[in-house]
Amino acid sequence: MNRLLLNKVILILSTVSALIGIGFLFWILATLSYKGITSIHWSTFTNDLVEGGIRNLLVGQFTMALIATVMAVPVGMMAGIYLREYGHGSKLASIIRNLSDVMMSAPSIVIGVFVYALMVDPVGTYNGWAGAVALAMMMVPIIISTTDNMLALVPQELREAGMALGGSKHKIILQIVVRAAKVGITTGILLSFARIIGETAPLLFTSANNQFFTMDLSGQFPSLTVSIYNLATYPDEASRELAWAASFILTMIVLCINLIGRFVIRNKK
Amino acid sequence: MAKEKLVMDVKDFTFTYVGAPKPSLKKINLPIEANKITAMIGPSGCGKSTLLRAMNRIHDLYAGNRYEGEINLYKEDGGIENILEIKRENDFIKLRQQVGMIFQKPTPFPMSIFDNVAYGLRLSGIKNKSELQDRVEAALKGAAIWNETKDRLGESALGMSGGQQQRLCIARAVALKPRVLLFDEPTSALDPISTGAIEELIAELKSEVSVVIVTHNMQQASRLSDYTAFMYLGELIEYDDTEKIFLNPSQKLTEDYITGRFG
Repeated sequence: MNRLLLNKVILILSTVSALIGIGFLFWILATLSYKGITSIHWSTFTNDLVEGGIRNLLVGQFTMALIATVMAVPVGMMAGIYLREYGHGSKLASIIRNLSDVMMSAPSIVIGVFVYALMVDPVGTYNGWAGAVALAMMMVPIIISTTDNMLALVPQELREAGMALGGSKHKIILQIVVRAAKVGITTGILLSFARIIGETAPLLFTSANNQFFTMDLSGQFPSLTVSIYNLATYPDEASRELAWAASFILTMIVLCINLIGRFVIRNKK
Repeated sequence: MAKEKLVMDVKDFTFTYVGAPKPSLKKINLPIEANKITAMIGPSGCGKSTLLRAMNRIHDLYAGNRYEGEINLYKEDGGIENILEIKRENDFIKLRQQVGMIFQKPTPFPMSIFDNVAYGLRLSGIKNKSELQDRVEAALKGAAIWNETKDRLGESALGMSGGQQQRLCIARAVALKPRVLLFDEPTSALDPISTGAIEELIAELKSEVSVVIVTHNMQQASRLSDYTAFMYLGELIEYDDTEKIFLNPSQKLTEDYITGRFG
């Protein structure tokens, strides 16, 4: 009797807790959707920020995120391969792994300040390259960790089988092991992309923002997230509406990338 | 026991795993006869897999293991090579092309059936497309899996059944025309029908290659092999004709194991 009662109490408590969490999530999503959708017009997509749209911001945000991905993927993957395939069990590898894990939880604003000191202060102007580098620095540890973990899932026999056919270590890694972990690593890259596309802090004083359409990465560069941050603080109704619209669109983009990531996992496993 | 042509010869071989205080194999002496099937039996942890894996130096994937003694490979040109002395990458590749290995679990690579079989061939330097095609076809026929695969050579090997995957792995090894094939419990992960197919295949392979097979299945050893080595706690207790080992072993320990008194 006592145990059954306790069981019921715990069940109710955990259900209520779950409902509270989900409740807030849906509240946020509902507000965002309501305010966002009502604020979206066709001109939101066709105009640049200076004319009350977000075209240049979307292009700018994606440009920086894509450049960051191009920089972070090779570095992160090679580091992950080193940790799992070459340095496995060594002291250096365990130090690097720990540092990388620490970097993953480093406050993003700190990364922004660091890149500011490295790439903005010396040249004297906010620039898109700095923004891309800051995003890449957020991405690298995530990719290192996914690569490392996904390679760990590849059965050891596969490496031995490659070796038994006369393969050298680097060929086995590149042609067999990485290929066997391809789906997991791709998903990791997608999810880390979803993570950085929504980042504001690393961009605040690296790329800063630009009202106009530009592809010149050596100057201030348009950013969707920084714009939301700015617009939300403006007093006029039009700016705040645009901030809602931009937030909604950003959320949808992140949601889509995450769903694609999950879809890839489910289909390839 | 008639001494025939040897293909490999293990002499006073001692093996110590990295960090282990004591050797896992102690002074092993074992001849491997050409075009025969040699089975290695013994309870878990007796060192039979360790010995098998030393015979193409797969242990080298992990640094720090120690070999002592000799494992000689009798070459086709009559020369003798102690494979424990191999140091250069190229010589390792040559060794593994002569001494292939099949593992307990099927290990298809994440690529097409064709590319799986062609993998070792490409590593050995064959680039010519028609030669690759011929060798892949011959290997798949040799592993009795051509009829099941000829219409789907471009499909991923991961979609095959376990038994098919294992035969694909045999084809992959056979493609290199090795002189010795090492089987490490090749059927323990398979159902009885697939097991039968693999055993039949191994028996057929005998005309082309010499086979060493580690097995936990005593019926398999007695059905399949010409010679049997019984190992216990890192030592080779007895090696003889399979018939003699199973019907009239000279060591008490062998008899106890065969009759199921321990193990």
